Amino acid sequence: MEETPISRGFRPKRQEQTPTDRVPPGQYVTTDFPVLSAGPTPHIKVTDWTFALQLGGSLLGKWSWAQFEALPQTTIKTDIHCVTKWSKLDTTWQGVTFDDLLKEVGLSEAPAPYVMAHCDGAYTTNVPVADLVGGRGMVATRYGGLPIAPAHGGPARLLVPHLYFWKSGKWVRRIRFMQKDERGFWESLGYHNYGDPWKQQRYDGD
Amino acid sequence: MVIPGNSRDMTVTDAPSSSKRLEWQLAEVRDVVIETYRVKSLLLLASGWQGHLPGQHIDVRLTAENGYQAQRSYSIASPPEDDLLSLTVERVDDGEVSPYLVDELRVGDRLELRGPIGGYFVWTAEKSGPLWLIAGGSGITPLMAMLRHRDRLPSRAPALLMYSSRSLEDIIYRDELDAMVGRDANLRVVPALTRQQPKAWTGHRGRIDRATLAAHCFPPAQSPAIYVCGPTTFVESISGLLVELDYDPSSIKTERFGPSGG
Repeated sequence: MEETPISRGFRPKRQEQTPTDRVPPGQYVTTDFPVLSAGPTPHIKVTDWTFALQLGGSLLGKWSWAQFEALPQTTIKTDIHCVTKWSKLDTTWQGVTFDDLLKEVGLSEAPAPYVMAHCDGAYTTNVPVADLVGGRGMVATRYGGLPIAPAHGGPARLLVPHLYFWKSGKWVRRIRFMQKDERGFWESLGYHNYGDPWKQQRYDGD
Repeated sequence: MVIPGNSRDMTVTDAPSSSKRLEWQLAEVRDVVIETYRVKSLLLLASGWQGHLPGQHIDVRLTAENGYQAQRSYSIASPPEDDLLSLTVERVDDGEVSPYLVDELRVGDRLELRGPIGGYFVWTAEKSGPLWLIAGGSGITPLMAMLRHRDRLPSRAPALLMYSSRSLEDIIYRDELDAMVGRDANLRVVPALTRQQPKAWTGHRGRIDRATLAAHCFPPAQSPAIYVCGPTTFVESISGLLVELDYDPSSIKTERFGPSGG
């Protein structure tokens, strides 16, 4: 499209509450927390929950809920951006950083450049390791100081807040290192492989 | 060692490919249909439209005179067979985009859109087995694209629509659904009214609950393809009940309309 046409009669209502230094283009700020999932919400008991790190067919580490809760905890305050256009500012999450998970399994650096996050409900999403290390990603177990509600991904979800929120896979159970990048669930269904909100990488080809 | 979930994982192992960008295109409003007191359908002519599958959505982009832009997603209500693209939009009173689309947009106006988007919440004639649609309010929209597509097929598998609205006045596509049922013995529509029911109402009164689902359903053994669309609380409730009733969670596709839309 060469020129963007003015929408006759359209007056912004949310421009003031959309600070352009914090809200990526095409997003609007919401104060509630919409739910988006492709299927039913799984209700997982923490007593049945385990979390694993995996490389190829081998297990690098596996934790029960109690073991995971005993790992070093980090709290971050961050903005989140959903590809369906809402952004939510100043959300607070607690969990175990990807860096600390690597340390726990005795690795000084990641064994491969990509990961696939595998979640209950057969959801998957792929993320480059570079977007998880250096404090950029965590497995979160608390939202706003409380356990994460099942509809929002509890008991544990991946959190990669600088990418569109579908990358922060709900109900994460396993992170698998990959030498080569593969596409996850939405990434195979027309959504962007990387998903940088500041570049509006919503869909394939963006 | 058993690796959980491996067999069902929906991972595609192809290397990432980059396909063509979904470009913004201009569509012209050809007709506006008043569906209810707060819902209208916009019939759009998008000359460069490449087609879509029933259940997919598009992004709409508005641009104000000061250059400010707002984008929202809307489900496509028309079947792939139609020449015009139909969006059915409910006014969210404190919203930014939907009041404009419902109250301001007129025939002859132009609208920027791109799509189609979403490849999961879709149903096409190739899918065998019964089709079970469960809608809350304006969540009927993508399901209507499926029903309209199915209505044009020469042979139709059994289908069931359970459709919850607040009151009689809130039912979208009422006449069209009645007509569809009238010409199709394989289609059942079970309407529910949650807040207000006329005295002579023969449909379900109140929310769709476990007993309502169980009374009308295709049994799990028939492996129906299930699509649930509506407000978050509706979808959470219905999909949870379906899992309790022993439907395979992977057969239940959901689309939630968050309360913050607009």
